[in-house]
Amino acid sequence: MKPTLATQLDAEAMFSALVDAMRAAVPEQAAFVGVYSGGAWLAERLAQVIPGHHPVGFVDVSFYRDDLSRAGLKANVRTTQLPFPVEGADIVLIDDVLFTGRSIRAAINTLFDYGRPRSVQLAVLADRGGRELPIAADHCGGDVTVPADEMLELTRDAAGHFQFHRVPRAR
Amino acid sequence: MLSKRNLQLDDRGELHHLLAIEGLPKRIIERILDTAESFVGVNEREVKVVPLLRGKSIFNLFFENSTRTRTTFEIAAKRLSADVVSLDVARSSTSKGETILDTVANLTAMHADMFVVRHSESGAPWLIAQHAAPHVHVINAGDGRHEHPTQGLLDVFTIRRHKPDFTRLTVAIVGDILHSRVARSQIHALTTLGVPEIRLVGPRTLVPPELARLGARIYTSLDEALVGVDVITMLRLQNERMNGALIPSASEYFACYGLTPKRLALAKPDAIVLHPGPMNRGVEIDSAVADGRQSVILQQVTYGIAIRMAVMAMLAGAAR
Repeated sequence: MKPTLATQLDAEAMFSALVDAMRAAVPEQAAFVGVYSGGAWLAERLAQVIPGHHPVGFVDVSFYRDDLSRAGLKANVRTTQLPFPVEGADIVLIDDVLFTGRSIRAAINTLFDYGRPRSVQLAVLADRGGRELPIAADHCGGDVTVPADEMLELTRDAAGHFQFHRVPRAR
Repeated sequence: MLSKRNLQLDDRGELHHLLAIEGLPKRIIERILDTAESFVGVNEREVKVVPLLRGKSIFNLFFENSTRTRTTFEIAAKRLSADVVSLDVARSSTSKGETILDTVANLTAMHADMFVVRHSESGAPWLIAQHAAPHVHVINAGDGRHEHPTQGLLDVFTIRRHKPDFTRLTVAIVGDILHSRVARSQIHALTTLGVPEIRLVGPRTLVPPELARLGARIYTSLDEALVGVDVITMLRLQNERMNGALIPSASEYFACYGLTPKRLALAKPDAIVLHPGPMNRGVEIDSAVADGRQSVILQQVTYGIAIRMAVMAMLAGAAR
């Protein structure tokens, strides 16, 4: 099925709002760690516009998920890359959509297998509610309402601009 | 439910058992290799463990001894946080007369999730998979002269890391092809991934002409076979072959089929050398080659862990 373009969701406007929210609020040397794949794009772009020096890393949470026996191992597992010492670092974890909170739980566990960060904050482009774990974003581009049977998918065009699409939930 | 066409795949086409490379679709092989790439990263960390298979019970059933292979499966299972038990079945239940299927049924009653099976009889893992409970997965860790699929996968994984385009490769496999499950698995993997030329090299007693049906070219002269190749796999010459009628002696074998620096120079300058181990230095391979800059033999060992982690993770993820 062709994904519906979520026209009322302006991903670029939400990105600007997220930049404004983060600008004065993240530690100057904080590392930006994006959750594959949408969060990885966000982390790269945010590191260019948020003042300070922000090393960029990426995590794939597939090996830390809690639903292996229900959902299986996804086909395109990416390699976690944290090219800076996690031990003692201030880290801003970055994801495109905050929903149940399970990916973020998995991402935090991933980080801690690389070391003990001094602090971890969470930045997301969109918060759609529906949390199943006690997790909240420190920085958010905007709250959105999405039908329960749909997922929000972030894409990036050739110019590097973001768009949100609504797609049916797989299971 | 398992597919009727291929015992290894479930009805959605996902991997349910890993029994052989033969018949495995290219997309599954590529997915295993891609997943293993991510596990290479895990193995390079200080904390070399992920919680993916927490609570799963994996039983290593080695009806034939192989300390090395058993150890690599144990390490892979432990790094996935599974509980792993290795049974020396060769010396326990079977010797008291219990059948393989009874051994497996007893362990399944202990809530086993996965069996890693090594057996001297070709087809033993197949038999276990046929009778296994629907939630149980079986990995073939080498059966008779048939296949050793995780070895074949780690071989092509190692090759891909050095030479990513399989469609441009010429690969030589040297030694006792006839009795080698390692060779058989590697040949099927290379063929499925699109390698256009595979050369099988050895004396006629160990590389009979009928092996050409595997889609390979047969050579009796190593010097001829090595010209222009990108990859050389040296097989271990089993001790029991040395004193039989198949080859005259170890030194004679080395003179004809041992990989020396001089012979290696016939291959492409960037050719890589593989060996499944354990090596017989001075029988099939010269130490200068085994320890030389073109040798990727120890990388095969390292990547073997990542491949086994990828296979176990994919199988456990297919349980429904």
